Amino acid sequence: MSEPRGVSRRSFLAMSAGAVLLQTPSRPPVVPPSGADSLADGGAAGQLADPDRAGRPLEPVTARDNDAAIQAIEKRLQCTCGCGLDVYTCRTTDFSCTYSPGYHRQVLALAASGMTGDEIVAEFVKEHGESILMAPPRRGFALVGYYGPWTLVGLAAVGLVLLLRAWARRAAAVAVVESPASPAPTPAELELVRRELQHFES
Amino acid sequence: MSLLGEFALWIAFLIGIWGAAAGFTGGRTGRADLQRSSRNAVFALAITLLIAMFAVEWLLFARDFNVEYVAAETSRNLPTFYTWSALYAGQKGSLLFWATVLSIFGSLAMLLTAPRHRIYLPYVAGVVCVVAVFFLTVMLGAANPFARLPFTPPDGNGMNPQLQNPGMVFHPPMLYLGYISITIPFAFAVAALMSKRLDVDWLVAIRKWTILSWLFLSIGICLGMWWAYVELGWGGYWAWDPVENASFLPWLVMTAFLHSVMIQEKRGMLKKWNLGLILAAWVLSIFGTFITRSGVIQSVHSFTQSPVGSYFSVFLFVSIVLLTILYVTRLPLLKTEAYLESLVSREASFLFNNLMLVGIAVTVLTLTIFPILSELFTGNKIQMKPPAFNVVNVPLGLALLALTGIGPLIAWRRASIPNLKRQFAVPVAAGVAGALIILVLGMRQVWPIITIALACFVMGTVVQEFARGVRARHRQYGEMYPLAFFRLIARNRRRYGGYVVHTGMVMLFVAFTGMAFKIETEASLKPGESVSLRSPYGWTYTFKHLGVSQYDALNRQVTAGTVVVSRDGKTIGTMVPEKRQHVDSFGRPTFQPSTAVAIRSDLREDLYVVLGGVVGGTETAVYRFTINPLVWWVWYGGIVVAFGGVIVMWPGGTVGSNRVASGYTAKLAAENAVGAGE
Repeated sequence: MSEPRGVSRRSFLAMSAGAVLLQTPSRPPVVPPSGADSLADGGAAGQLADPDRAGRPLEPVTARDNDAAIQAIEKRLQCTCGCGLDVYTCRTTDFSCTYSPGYHRQVLALAASGMTGDEIVAEFVKEHGESILMAPPRRGFALVGYYGPWTLVGLAAVGLVLLLRAWARRAAAVAVVESPASPAPTPAELELVRRELQHFES
Repeated sequence: MSLLGEFALWIAFLIGIWGAAAGFTGGRTGRADLQRSSRNAVFALAITLLIAMFAVEWLLFARDFNVEYVAAETSRNLPTFYTWSALYAGQKGSLLFWATVLSIFGSLAMLLTAPRHRIYLPYVAGVVCVVAVFFLTVMLGAANPFARLPFTPPDGNGMNPQLQNPGMVFHPPMLYLGYISITIPFAFAVAALMSKRLDVDWLVAIRKWTILSWLFLSIGICLGMWWAYVELGWGGYWAWDPVENASFLPWLVMTAFLHSVMIQEKRGMLKKWNLGLILAAWVLSIFGTFITRSGVIQSVHSFTQSPVGSYFSVFLFVSIVLLTILYVTRLPLLKTEAYLESLVSREASFLFNNLMLVGIAVTVLTLTIFPILSELFTGNKIQMKPPAFNVVNVPLGLALLALTGIGPLIAWRRASIPNLKRQFAVPVAAGVAGALIILVLGMRQVWPIITIALACFVMGTVVQEFARGVRARHRQYGEMYPLAFFRLIARNRRRYGGYVVHTGMVMLFVAFTGMAFKIETEASLKPGESVSLRSPYGWTYTFKHLGVSQYDALNRQVTAGTVVVSRDGKTIGTMVPEKRQHVDSFGRPTFQPSTAVAIRSDLREDLYVVLGGVVGGTETAVYRFTINPLVWWVWYGGIVVAFGGVIVMWPGGTVGSNRVASGYTAKLAAENAVGAGE
């Protein structure tokens, strides 16, 4: 005779699941009221205790900073701080960079004066040389960089095809020379080879 | 301790010189005593360099700031976790790490090489010692990790904040292991050339080593991508930086070798090509270290620059000249054993695969050194940046992806038309179906559509190969399908492990297309304000700025922004990007403030938030919000590639290839016997 149990395993699991389900919706996301100071003992509301720790003070972002056309122009220009990134990525990544914010302001000013994207880029090239461009224009020695590899691979592919054809011809010639000495395989032998190859491939 | 370390370096230097002399002389003359001595020299080299490495670690943990390297790379408040990695965080320590691991790999080669391949070992010992002596020369001449300062600073400079990331603890050693382990197959190749034993034996001896170095390079590159993504904060993982390219180059060449070596093993062809690839991979691994160390090309890895570049350039130049002479003088011995029979054959497809891999390597190399080339020819430095790299490499990469699917479908020697039809039907249908589905779903960009179509084609190939293999085992041995699947892989690990690698590569290519759909915006938000972004999947993410907090951590002062994220109105979590000002133990700033990105990932897309700073010292924060689709698939793809590599490398199982290799060796032996008889 089994001993009476207070709570069965099934009812324990059901109660646990019920408790979890009851708990979950009762926890709304913790969102402090808008504008509240998140710094305990941090002085006046909204002021940081030590702003210097947060790096260089920044300007508020405007709609023009996010303008797709402005971004597109800045992505064609290389920041000269040594990061190797474009102006847009640099100014929104390395916030300690002192070059990219200046370039950004210059792009905004030129755009405000009515210049098109190409004209703005040309203006930068006039000022800094072609090294300011993320992708150098397709002319002069840069053509070597753009088309040299493809040409090289293309020529190599043609050379490879010619080489393979020559090899195939040589292999055929060797087979012709060898064929009189080797008797033709019987269908049974061919079938055996086919089976072996199939076995090997699997 | 620094005296012990420096003494160990000098002893290792002398042992290395002796080991090189004994190895080459012993190999040439056949003197057993010299051969034994060269082997012992490699072991002794490993022991002395381990002592030197132990000494550096001791000094780092003891915070002996009188040692220049310790003062430059650590500070009193540097976490213990990163104190260990300070060994290879800087120039001098990483050179010591290189030499030590090389000597350990050399010792393993001496111990683990099968008796039938020991004929190469004296030369292998010689090459290992020469390379180690070069690194020791650099250390003793220009980058001594034990050099002392004329004074003892109260605290060190601390480690570069970008290196204080778990990824950097594992990424550099993995890459170094990849670079360094290439030296062992390279040493066997040089041994084969010097001993004029250029049959298939040396290839069998290096098989595991080549896969091992390829595996380390693959893992190292993926970890580097992960580090760049989570640490640098620009929202991407690959920027065609010269140092990234330097790791990619030997990987490409090793991948080409792993494919073309199969043709030599099975058919006795491509001897010259395979030797050339191994030599090139090693030269590129040294070139990679040269690029990292010299600073000849502008790179984000500028923290490693120093004057050792001239040492590397001389070593590189001398090595290339000597290797070219050795290679050219042995060309008559590298005649092919057979000729390719058809343009439509597995051999031909592997050759085209090699062409693409080496083509991409040449492209990457050309574009990486383009500033030098352009200055040489025109007097102007022309920089090739990511947009230019992508323009040139994307078509080549896609051609390579296509060949990844084509190669396994074509039979060895010669394929017939009915065979081709049977093989290509399913993969081509999969590719077309993939393209149609994403067109219907609304994708219109050309390159992503081609990538998805090719990815489906390659996956069609892989699935078909597995399905046929499993079905064949089921029919032949009556095995259940799951068992047949596992035994199929276990019995031919090289082939099916290779398909697993292909699957990982497909995942990577598909993940790369995600970057074409990246969405980003910049915003300055007051507490309580929010900004919304619409993801490529159609969801609207809202980022609500709660406020900015400041606190001190062990070695940094943190400014953290708190952002609550919701998707289509439903809160999904909180993200806390940081701005960090690293300080020494006296609270003095050591580096420029850096960013710590907050990332929220799932299988579809990553939310990537960077805290730029604050406006006017208030809690109004400037953020960059980015949605990066499919990024997790880059990491999963990398894991699958590594897993496939492990399957290929796992001991035993390659019955088929062993049989072919031994058959080929027997054929050579028979031909040699006939030749001798004549």
